[in-house]
Amino acid sequence: MGSNPIIRVENVGRRYGRRWALADVNFEAREGSVIMVAGRNGSGKSTLFRVLATAIRPDRGRALVGGFNVVREREDVRKITALLSHYSYLYESLTARENLRVVAEHLGVGRPAVNNGLMAILERVNLAQRADDTVSTFSAGMRKRLSFARVLLQQPRVVMLDEPYGQLDPEGFVLVDEVVRELKAKGTTILMATHQLERGASLADDAVLLDAGRVIWSGSARDVLAKDRKREEAC
Amino acid sequence: MLTAALRKEVLLQWRTRSQMMAVFVFGAAALLLFSFAVGPVAEMLRQFSAGFLWLGLLLSSTLTLAESYHAEMENRALEGLLLLPSDPRALYYGKAIANWLQLWILGVALTPVMVILYDAGTTRVLELVAVIGLGSAGLSAPGTLYAAMTAQVRSKQTLLPLLLFPLIVPALLASVKATSLLVLGDPMGQIRSWLMLLVAFDAIYWSLCGLLFGRVVEE
Repeated sequence: MGSNPIIRVENVGRRYGRRWALADVNFEAREGSVIMVAGRNGSGKSTLFRVLATAIRPDRGRALVGGFNVVREREDVRKITALLSHYSYLYESLTARENLRVVAEHLGVGRPAVNNGLMAILERVNLAQRADDTVSTFSAGMRKRLSFARVLLQQPRVVMLDEPYGQLDPEGFVLVDEVVRELKAKGTTILMATHQLERGASLADDAVLLDAGRVIWSGSARDVLAKDRKREEAC
Repeated sequence: MLTAALRKEVLLQWRTRSQMMAVFVFGAAALLLFSFAVGPVAEMLRQFSAGFLWLGLLLSSTLTLAESYHAEMENRALEGLLLLPSDPRALYYGKAIANWLQLWILGVALTPVMVILYDAGTTRVLELVAVIGLGSAGLSAPGTLYAAMTAQVRSKQTLLPLLLFPLIVPALLASVKATSLLVLGDPMGQIRSWLMLLVAFDAIYWSLCGLLFGRVVEE
């Protein structure tokens, strides 16, 4: 794990209408680390990920990913990041294989490489049997797996997983854990927003707690459970 | 990148091809209704045939253009593609070309309906197909841009025509005139100037809209 911060967030704020979804958020993530981002619904986790993935712009502050500014150098940021969002980003009328092929072709991967690589990725997420079925016939969990495959296809340096366990069965939970460990072994930096605190803490190195758009605590992932318990008691 | 975007669009259109049939029926029904407005005067029907063909195609285009973003908005697939290191212009031109081809085919398919309903045939078939192609290009380029703008609003079916129709008046006028000259005859050789005007507007639309697309779809 590198000691250089690959993500640097400085006083980032983002509002929807009058409400600040993020307010003066500051944190850093070391290259190759796994950071769990925790917080209640509406605490700003998804907004933070969307800012870092360049889906939305911050209204104030500065965020750098891989040294690139998420506003001014969004093309460079997009080359090194991948976002597993609440939205599946899938085309309903295309098959699983076609959905991945669309992504691969937009990434500029050559056709032979695409054909060979897609099945391997679909097998990794246990969807090889359904490769030629349209997404409209998929369950929510299968869509999530395919979205996961979409992220793996991008081979990013920074992965943002927004609720990766959502809609998955126990087998899917194990799959997410395995993939996170594999990505970490390759040196990928992973930001993971989850309500599965124990599971997340077992994978993460560091943790950030968000509340009402602010970072209320950051530290070692091992301490996050105790911190969250105290916060619950205080409420 | 453009090839990838175009391939995706053609695939999506192929998967929803039954809708193309519905749009054709809508266009043909519009041509039939226009003929009721004029009445059974053969000469008048022939006189207005080119205008009616383009009105039918214009009304049909609002359906196909708006629909072309349905798949993109369903699971925010367009956002997913924008977050890849891909050029938004390639996404735009892929979609605009696919919409152009769709409208071109629709226009050519509606022509026999025009010929039958209005007795408005021509022997210059290839030139007519070319005019429909150029006119469709004038509809699809700004139509694809405005459909992207209105795709996320609730009243998109109303807003798209409101924005699109004023902008495409020059291209529509040139298309109607050129088609009319092909159907009714062109003793003064005016068609060339109308075609030049159409090509000029197509060039403006295609270059400007491609430049603006990134700003429209990116926050």
